[in-house]
Amino acid sequence: MSPRRTDTGGRIDRLRTIRFTFDGASYTGHAGDTLASALLANGVSLFGRSFKYHRPRGVLSAGVEEPNALVTVLRGEVREPNIAATMIEIYDGLTAVSQNRFPSLSWDIGAINQLGGKLLSAGFYYKTFMGPVVGPLKGTRFWMFCEHFIRRAAGLGRAGTAPDTARYERMNAFCDVLVVGSGPAGLMAAKAATDQGARVILAELEPHFGGSANWSGEVIDDMPAADWAARAAGQFEGHDNVRLLPRTTVWGYYDGNTLAALERVTDHKENPGKGEPRHRYWTIRAKTVVLATGSFERPLVFPGNDRPGVMLAHAAERYANEYGVLPGDRIALFTNNDSAYGTALALKKAGAAIVAIVDVRPELSSEMRKLASEAEAEILSGHAVVATEGGKALSGLKVQRFDMVSGALSGDARSIHADCLLMSGGWSPTIHLASQAGARAEWNEALQAFLPPKPTQKWIGAGAFNGHFKTLEAILDGRNAGLSAVGATGTPMAYPSVESLPGDSQPAPVFEIKAKGKSFVDFQHDVTAEDVRLAHREGFVSVEHLKRYTTLGMATDQGKNSNIPGLAIMAEALGKPIPEVGTTRFRPPYSAVSIGSLAAERFGDLKPERLTPMHDWHIANGATMYAAGLWYRPMIYGLSGETIEQAYVREAKATRESAGIVDVSTLGKIAVQGPDAAEFLDRVYTNMFSTLAVGKARYGLMLREDGLAFDDGTTWRLGEQDFLMTTTTANAGKVMQHLEYFLDVIWPELKVHVTSVTDEWAGAAVGGPKARAILAACVTGTAVDNATLPFMGIVRGKISGVPVMICRLSFSGEMAFEVYCGAGYGTHVWEALIEAGKPFGLVTYGLEALGTMRIEKGHVTGAEIDGRTTARDLHLDWMLSKKKPFIGSAMMDREGLIAPDRLELVGLIALDNRPLNGGAHVVEVLDEANPHDSIGHITACCYSPALGKHIALALIKGGKARHGSRAFVSDPLRNRFGPIEIVSNHFYDPDGSRMHG
Amino acid sequence: MLINCPYCGPRDVIEFTYQGDGNRERPQAASQNLDAWNAYVYDRLNPAGDHNEIWQHSGGCRAHLRVVRNTLTHEISSTAFAHGGHKSAARHKAEGKS
Repeated sequence: MSPRRTDTGGRIDRLRTIRFTFDGASYTGHAGDTLASALLANGVSLFGRSFKYHRPRGVLSAGVEEPNALVTVLRGEVREPNIAATMIEIYDGLTAVSQNRFPSLSWDIGAINQLGGKLLSAGFYYKTFMGPVVGPLKGTRFWMFCEHFIRRAAGLGRAGTAPDTARYERMNAFCDVLVVGSGPAGLMAAKAATDQGARVILAELEPHFGGSANWSGEVIDDMPAADWAARAAGQFEGHDNVRLLPRTTVWGYYDGNTLAALERVTDHKENPGKGEPRHRYWTIRAKTVVLATGSFERPLVFPGNDRPGVMLAHAAERYANEYGVLPGDRIALFTNNDSAYGTALALKKAGAAIVAIVDVRPELSSEMRKLASEAEAEILSGHAVVATEGGKALSGLKVQRFDMVSGALSGDARSIHADCLLMSGGWSPTIHLASQAGARAEWNEALQAFLPPKPTQKWIGAGAFNGHFKTLEAILDGRNAGLSAVGATGTPMAYPSVESLPGDSQPAPVFEIKAKGKSFVDFQHDVTAEDVRLAHREGFVSVEHLKRYTTLGMATDQGKNSNIPGLAIMAEALGKPIPEVGTTRFRPPYSAVSIGSLAAERFGDLKPERLTPMHDWHIANGATMYAAGLWYRPMIYGLSGETIEQAYVREAKATRESAGIVDVSTLGKIAVQGPDAAEFLDRVYTNMFSTLAVGKARYGLMLREDGLAFDDGTTWRLGEQDFLMTTTTANAGKVMQHLEYFLDVIWPELKVHVTSVTDEWAGAAVGGPKARAILAACVTGTAVDNATLPFMGIVRGKISGVPVMICRLSFSGEMAFEVYCGAGYGTHVWEALIEAGKPFGLVTYGLEALGTMRIEKGHVTGAEIDGRTTARDLHLDWMLSKKKPFIGSAMMDREGLIAPDRLELVGLIALDNRPLNGGAHVVEVLDEANPHDSIGHITACCYSPALGKHIALALIKGGKARHGSRAFVSDPLRNRFGPIEIVSNHFYDPDGSRMHG
Repeated sequence: MLINCPYCGPRDVIEFTYQGDGNRERPQAASQNLDAWNAYVYDRLNPAGDHNEIWQHSGGCRAHLRVVRNTLTHEISSTAFAHGGHKSAARHKAEGKS
């Protein structure tokens, strides 16, 4: 038997033993255990080390609010840090390790930080990393150096580096009523709405429906509350209008009653089922939401309240009742309200000795006194805990007389021997989702809690969420909420009978016991009460500033425990009531959300990819593919043993010497058709298209409305009212939207239709001195001689029986032809061209060679049309028509856009014969130690086989005026410095005789 | 956020692309009034409240919609096709351009 497991009781399956490891040691637990309950059952009290001070920490809670017991779960190579042990269902083979300790959890070198407590107080980083501004280290990076080590010492779990192999998916759902939380209130709401025929989704973040009914020990309808809840949940089976989502945290409440939820589908399984995703991200659109999210018990703030063995009262009750685990043998309680008395009795019944109930209130009701005597507990009313004792586990506590009104302690401290101290500081409704949905929470003086605001979206609250902490109230609330959510009044019904313990929901307004020692407010971020007061003394008045300065409530638990105590201490320091200090707005996510679930199908197997019709041919013929946006394009067709540079140099050289062929199917293609198509293109392009003859193509440039260059490409006039526009691969979508916007919004009177036809055409560009001969050898139905197919001419013919459209235009600078055919025939035509090219030495070339040849020619692409350059900067001012207005024409001549010192396109030649790098800066004066005064940067670079040199295109101040002058490349990141010559961007064949010839 | 596309019905905002402030008035194409162009390209009202916006149903019918959205609550009080009643459209028509 495990040391702390009770003999009977609990809702675990004692017949099923589960083996797992924690920090390398093997343990067993039972089906139904969480990692926290199983470790507690094994007598483990130390779960982790705290964030700043490396203090030993145990488990504080039994649920999602856990700030201390955070562990890293290992699955193969994949590590997931910062998971609350209270939320991990154990399975055979579970491997978890503790965090923020070195070299081991029980002997941690970082614990020395505790001695330097003053140094690590609030605002530590802001204060410390300012200098040194005086002394011998002034002006050095000494603190930066130290910061590295200090930051490493602080913190939580370490993220892994292995890729996450799990699959995640997204789901959309619609419903009439989304019920969040399945305690008695949520169950009743879901039942009422389901019975009315509404479509209902019931989401519960725990594995089992029932919420507090699973551990309250109450009796509902003459059966244990847990059985009542199981029966209520079971009644939904077989109803196709209700969807049950266990292990599902609703974490975001967005506009239009859209909610985000995370379903942990397989985290609790040793072997996930085939096809099961690890997590499922739900987007739920609900007509109405019922918020039955319950409440959190608050810790009390007193010295040593973080010692392992100090726990929330209800958490201990839950461990005993739901998991059959006693967190201690000799248990003391410290409370400001009645709820702890029921806990004492429950733990007594489970087998623990209750050594004392320390209550800050001087007067207690006779009912509470009766409960205490049933628990055989000594009552210390008007007392407070002022210290805890023990190292890695609690051994005792000290109490003193306490005056609730003044907060003063008096009398001698009395020691009490106990191995577990339970605290209850009252209850805070879990109003996070309501707060996310819009309105500001309202302070309730009697309950000492923020209650949900008036709904700003369509939600209805129920149960403890409303501050109705009694089970019967929750049941009534839930049923009413479920009915009104579907607009029903419902028939009268007999409400269930509930047997619960007496008790007043109103706590005493005591949050902190001021005594010597560290009293923690935010356990996870190691923020003490003194830190909060320090922030106040240093002038932080706004609660938002307080939060940021102390990092109170900013850890992964988002202040679920610390919010109210922190506010109360701040309010006292300010001398203001709590509602005037205000509360911070809760923001999504309610609890941590896996990044994988947010990415879901946009990552991995399901990411869309765009493949050209000739893709398989490229792969089969040795292409190394390159991802360009969603497209995959051949980078090189490398021969064995070739480097990338050797391959592209060979491809480019062969193209210029004989001929090369490249897949250009990815170019954006837009059919622009209609009576006003030519007029439209005149408005869209900087140059004229209405004058373009049918059967001819023209290079066009588009500007944005602000006068900067936008995109370029050729547009082919296929008919009087029929144009085929090509765009750059990257901008195809943007250009399409640009055209649609102007047609739909600005010029709806134009009779033009635009259609994206990118995927309808396969394209191959054949260029080089032998290109025409190759076409002549395979094209039928048309001649391809200079008279029939002049530069920028278009002909139609057939290749291997397939109709093709051929336009003579050139990106490589060679005589070149773009051959387009229907996408389905892409590979067929491509293979026919390859076959026809064999006698002429035709090579296939990829993006690298394409880029090399365009750099040699000085053509621009997206690297130069970067959203900052104008047509003039790129020496394309010859394309700016003066005969007509066009998009951008009014704005392109603004002062700043025609200034003489603008960056202009130039060519660079490396004078030291070494490769250049894209993004490197160009300077007039070389200063390797302290690079300064950039005159521009490199946009594209390559080794040019045509010139036999390393060359680059660059945007340089003054541009043309610097042709023939020298400068230096300055690239400290890659440690590349050296002399360059600035030349024209037209490196190769500047008069274009090769492509016109 | 749901946008009620007149063609497609209510659809999630994920299907739409924001295409800018619907209050922009494009000067006549040939206008050389730089102030007017400047206002068109750069000046925005940035109201706290109802805002006239252009959204394209890019993941659907691709129509541009004129949407009045409250910037504080994201409540959408009206959606209509952008070209219906747009000032530049009306102006072009009034001037007899086709």
